[in-house]
Amino acid sequence: MTHRTPPTGSPAVPEAAGHLLRQMLRVRRLEEQCVELYSAARIRGFLHVYIGEEAVAAGVMSALGPEDAVVATYREHGHALLRGVSAGVILAEMYGHVQGCCRGRGGSMHLFDAATHFYGGNAIVAGGLPLAVGMALADRMAGRARVTACFFGEGAAAEGEFHESLNLAALWRLPVLFCCENNLYAMGTALARSQSQTDLALKAAAYELPAWSVDGMDVLAVEESARRAVDAVRAGGGPHFLELRTYRFRAHSMFDPERYRDKAEVARWTERDPILSLRRSLEATGRFSEDDWNALDREVAAEMEAAVRFAEAGAPEPLDDLQRFVYSER
Amino acid sequence: METTYREAMRTAIREALLQDDRVFLMGEDVGAYGGCFAVSLGLFEEFGPERVRDTPLSESAFVGAGIGAALNGMRPIVEIMTVNFSLLALDQIVNNAATLLHMSGGQFNVPLVIRMTTGAGRQLGAQHSHSLEGWFAHVPGLRILTPATVEDARGMLWTALEDPDPVLIFEHGSLYNLSGELAEDAGPVDIHAAAVRREGGDVSLITYGGTLPLTLEAADRLAAEGIEAEVLDLRTLRPLDDAAILATVVKTHRAVVVDEGWRSGSLSAEISARITESAFYELDAPVARVCSAEVPIPYARDLELAALPSAERVVAAAREAVGGGG
Repeated sequence: MTHRTPPTGSPAVPEAAGHLLRQMLRVRRLEEQCVELYSAARIRGFLHVYIGEEAVAAGVMSALGPEDAVVATYREHGHALLRGVSAGVILAEMYGHVQGCCRGRGGSMHLFDAATHFYGGNAIVAGGLPLAVGMALADRMAGRARVTACFFGEGAAAEGEFHESLNLAALWRLPVLFCCENNLYAMGTALARSQSQTDLALKAAAYELPAWSVDGMDVLAVEESARRAVDAVRAGGGPHFLELRTYRFRAHSMFDPERYRDKAEVARWTERDPILSLRRSLEATGRFSEDDWNALDREVAAEMEAAVRFAEAGAPEPLDDLQRFVYSER
Repeated sequence: METTYREAMRTAIREALLQDDRVFLMGEDVGAYGGCFAVSLGLFEEFGPERVRDTPLSESAFVGAGIGAALNGMRPIVEIMTVNFSLLALDQIVNNAATLLHMSGGQFNVPLVIRMTTGAGRQLGAQHSHSLEGWFAHVPGLRILTPATVEDARGMLWTALEDPDPVLIFEHGSLYNLSGELAEDAGPVDIHAAAVRREGGDVSLITYGGTLPLTLEAADRLAAEGIEAEVLDLRTLRPLDDAAILATVVKTHRAVVVDEGWRSGSLSAEISARITESAFYELDAPVARVCSAEVPIPYARDLELAALPSAERVVAAAREAVGGGG
């Protein structure tokens, strides 16, 4: 049975909302730090920031358990951070330092972390979906009640691997949570200009798996939908699909002049800033004050300052180690 | 005991399924059908649909799923029906299997075995007959095996499964009916070293996989003419056994590389280059190559045979090398 919208439940408690606000702000400040460091040429390569989309990662990650696995895309700094990789280790990776989570071999697009079951950092669009299916297959065969959450953009729905993977996961009823971050643009190509069916939950539902569209700017809605989906997947309900409708406030990457969308559209979406929205609704309850916000902001700023210091203090891997990790060291 | 390459491969898969719960076989028609080339015949009935797992025609998804399962504790054997179909999974093999360990700074290895048939000779036309193993041998992070004997068909799989990194096994379609003697206690073999299949001092014939039988036939014919050829079976295309290649060239001073791949940008070109890089002053004749004609492999029998390496062409190349160096 498929659902077009998630079933409703009890509202999240304020403490949980406070946690989600904090998590979203951590991602926002990390990304702002990345942009600043990129402009200062401390970070090179491609850099894709998640500003505007924070509610998606914050809501979904909050619904996962520590043993669950995450497969993400090349716009994954926030996912790594919220999965538990420290901001310092993430920034050190972008600096190309050996203190980074991948010893500087991955960079911004390829963050991996075994300790938190974070499997990238995949920069081929839709390339992570088959991996997630296989990880879930292994969990099923081994009898582990683990969920693999797989993030990808709406652009992935045009790739064959999307269709092959949804079919395989549904056919074998594997414990995968497919999280489609629909920010409306595949780099610069609008969804309506590239896919004949723009209703992605409907597209996914064709593979006979529950598929829900969720307001990806509302972190409470994301968290609730994700929790219900994760619970269902873990209970043996087979793969679930969330289309998280969101928007990227910044350019695709640092090289993007944004010729493909107009400023009015961006302005309309930034009015729905997920962090600002949650802050306002918390303030409206009377249980969260401007002082509370300022304290939170200072705390997060201090975390990021420490992270930059950690990354700055690192060093590149010795060139003699170039050939390591092509094959396993036995 | 007398056995065939196909049976030896099946015995190896069966043994792996029996010995390690983490092993499973996955691919198109490996189960209920018994395998396109009947390699897995009977295993579905013995081990059931979970461990001998039929997949949809989704090469990228099931190869990628093999990578994911390998990352997550399993030891999958993924079968791709032919090397031509593997191109549909090239993204997963090259961008994921081969890179994850390095990109992750050593955190995530991929203990996956991918088996596929390769090669021509059965009138299957251009989309089922190519020899693209040389392409895969280009890619760091992969190990490329080409069993050419019943011993290697029996023994390479288990060693490959014990390897912590992705291993691709190329089974030449013309070898499945190859029969040979196999010891009752035959078991795992090394997957590192090339093997001298015939000793000789006049010329080195360097080959692998499906062209080993015709190269041995050529060596027999050359012997009848008084030319003693040494036949080196590379066995592993990546990493190449440079020491073995160098040793035979130092011994005979003449080399003919026999490779069913196309000549341009090929494995034969790589071997030739390595010989000239490391043993140029040992050579008494230019390195020769016998490769497939630079055409998509045609269907018609005579045209197909004309496109492929043959014992006659190997004999001619060896004669030229020996005579030319006189």
